[in-house]
Amino acid sequence: MNNTIRNTALLDLKREVQKKRLAEGNNYADQIVADIFANVENIVKKNVFQKENQTNWSQIADNILTSRVTGYPIMLLTLACILWLTISGANVPSAVLSDIFFRFQDILTGIFIHLGAPDWLHGVLILGAYRSLAWVVSVMLPPMAIFFPLFTLLEDLGYLPRVSFNLDSLFKKAKACGKQSLTMCMGFGCNAAGVTSCRIIDSPRERLIAILTNNFVPCNGRFPALIAIGMIFGAGTLPLHLQSAAIAGIITGMILLGIAVTFVVSWVLSHTLLKGEASSLVLELPPYRKPKIGSILYRSFIDRTVFVLRRAVVVAAPAGAIIWLVGNVYVGEMSLLAHIANFLDPLAFVIGLDGFILLAFILGLPANEIVFPILIMGYLSSSYMIELENLADLQTLLVSNGWTWLTALCTMLFSLLHWPCATTLLTTLKETGSKKWSLFAFLIPTVIAFLICFAVAQSARLLGLA
Amino acid sequence: MEDSGARSKILKEHFGISTKENQKVIALAGNPNVGKSTVFNALTGLRQHTGNWPGKTVDNAQGTFTYKKNSFLLVDLPGTYSLLAHTVEEEIARNFICFGQPDVTVVVLDATSLERNLNLALQIMEITSQVVVCVNLIDEAERKNIIIDFSGLEKELGVPVVAAAARKGIGLEKLKEEVYQIALGLKKVQPRKIRYSPEIENALADLVPKIHSLGCEQLLNPRWVALRFLDSDEELINSIVKYLDLQGWPSVRDEVGIAL
Repeated sequence: MNNTIRNTALLDLKREVQKKRLAEGNNYADQIVADIFANVENIVKKNVFQKENQTNWSQIADNILTSRVTGYPIMLLTLACILWLTISGANVPSAVLSDIFFRFQDILTGIFIHLGAPDWLHGVLILGAYRSLAWVVSVMLPPMAIFFPLFTLLEDLGYLPRVSFNLDSLFKKAKACGKQSLTMCMGFGCNAAGVTSCRIIDSPRERLIAILTNNFVPCNGRFPALIAIGMIFGAGTLPLHLQSAAIAGIITGMILLGIAVTFVVSWVLSHTLLKGEASSLVLELPPYRKPKIGSILYRSFIDRTVFVLRRAVVVAAPAGAIIWLVGNVYVGEMSLLAHIANFLDPLAFVIGLDGFILLAFILGLPANEIVFPILIMGYLSSSYMIELENLADLQTLLVSNGWTWLTALCTMLFSLLHWPCATTLLTTLKETGSKKWSLFAFLIPTVIAFLICFAVAQSARLLGLA
Repeated sequence: MEDSGARSKILKEHFGISTKENQKVIALAGNPNVGKSTVFNALTGLRQHTGNWPGKTVDNAQGTFTYKKNSFLLVDLPGTYSLLAHTVEEEIARNFICFGQPDVTVVVLDATSLERNLNLALQIMEITSQVVVCVNLIDEAERKNIIIDFSGLEKELGVPVVAAAARKGIGLEKLKEEVYQIALGLKKVQPRKIRYSPEIENALADLVPKIHSLGCEQLLNPRWVALRFLDSDEELINSIVKYLDLQGWPSVRDEVGIAL
């Protein structure tokens, strides 16, 4: 009896306040925190003094890096710079690596012929497993070997918490947590790691939002493919010295798009399935540190580059072999692979892809790293057996399979936005403990990827651009 | 002393803390990394035991000390930056200060970054007036050329302020003395109220009387409850119901009795 009355009284009051809060634009919580800090500032000003002001470099750096005016441009510039360094730096080693690998392939082929090995064995092992392995390594290793140390350098300098600080107000507008930007940074490394890192977000609602949207930052499984496609297609007509800059611009745009989608989806989730207010957070900005080069190299190479590469190789080699088989088992006139690709073709065409690309994304579910290699294997096994020696040859292969700038763009968009890899989905299941939310983690990106690619492809075609 | 009976029941059932008769309960709050544990160890020595907060994976340490023949039970709260209850730690600290009704809450602050630390002290002073502020790490502040006007700070805050360097044992005797005086009601304090902007104050003026009419002002500061309503802190509203049940909430019961 007592309980009921008490509850009713409290709930009535709660409802009343809620109504008032909404009527007045709902910024009480922020205002209360701001007022407390204003009181503190007042007290400190009167009673705490700093003798002989030494130049406080970290304060100056913070003022510039987290300023309302310069904070965002510096973030953008840093991102673009890193990408530019990655792209312009990766070109040469990529070419050298693929050169070495394919010369070695010729030697291997020679050995096989010398030993009198059957054709199918040579096909599965060399044209399948070895070649896709060679592609994964030569296309992905150089960008990773440049990007990860640079990214780790930023982490070590203490810049990433400042990024989080800068983005907090944006996340707040989307009614999500500012720490989400840190989980997104982890996502650049690996979305599964990004999802796990969402544990740092205390509010369950905000944690779920961060988990569901983590996939929209390209992990390093997708990053090299984005860069490779950007390198092949983007800015193809520009003079050489401008190309890297243009590609860096394109990739930066892709990442910004991913971030924009993150905000939109967070906002929509906060207003529909996961209603609630953003919680405020206290973020202690760590001091700037002198980076330790040794530990940066170790962490970026061993923890990230080698880890990712190993995963890619472990999956790519058998996948390459299987795909070679599927590509060379003929049913009627066409290979099995071509049959499946043909089946997917109408759907894929609508969203600006082709059957092989969509098939590669579907087969790439276990690991995003193998999407691009699968695609190349698919094209190679089903059509012309051209020898690929460098990136220019890769472009020839893609163009001869009907790629246009629109295909490249849609493939990049789809790669950025599509479903998370199996590892990330399993991690999501483990972290949320809910099949429903794991399903959402799959559906939200998938639907968005289809919608955006559809819109882009259809409008480009309507306008007669492609 | 029916009231203290209800309190020890709450302490036992909700916070896993058993008190002896006439033992004063002292909560120790503070930001992370301000030397709170050093203060705790310096005060209690070996007379402590550790465990978890009931149902939570957050460490809990309790210890006892005797000062002027009075026994004190010191409860180490989780280190938090605020009490707005966004994290489990903040929720534990807030619930303890709110519903555990400690006789004194000692807030340990880092002298080298008072600007960040005072936030928590002000929030605690909003809930309870039984507060002693302990400004720790004064030796480090000195090294960093930071000068603190302690008597000015004490006037400003309206609660005792003790300058301490717990690692070196500086200020601990004074801390015990202040805790003793507040706990036994030998010293009356008048903590500074946080001044809010007109927008909030207007909303409060409207809301506080309504909370008064619920009749829980003996247990909770209505102004503070009103602020949490404005924050839309739903968790707290549930907690209030839960804890007040144990307290009996006499005035409403009486009113209901009359109405029936």
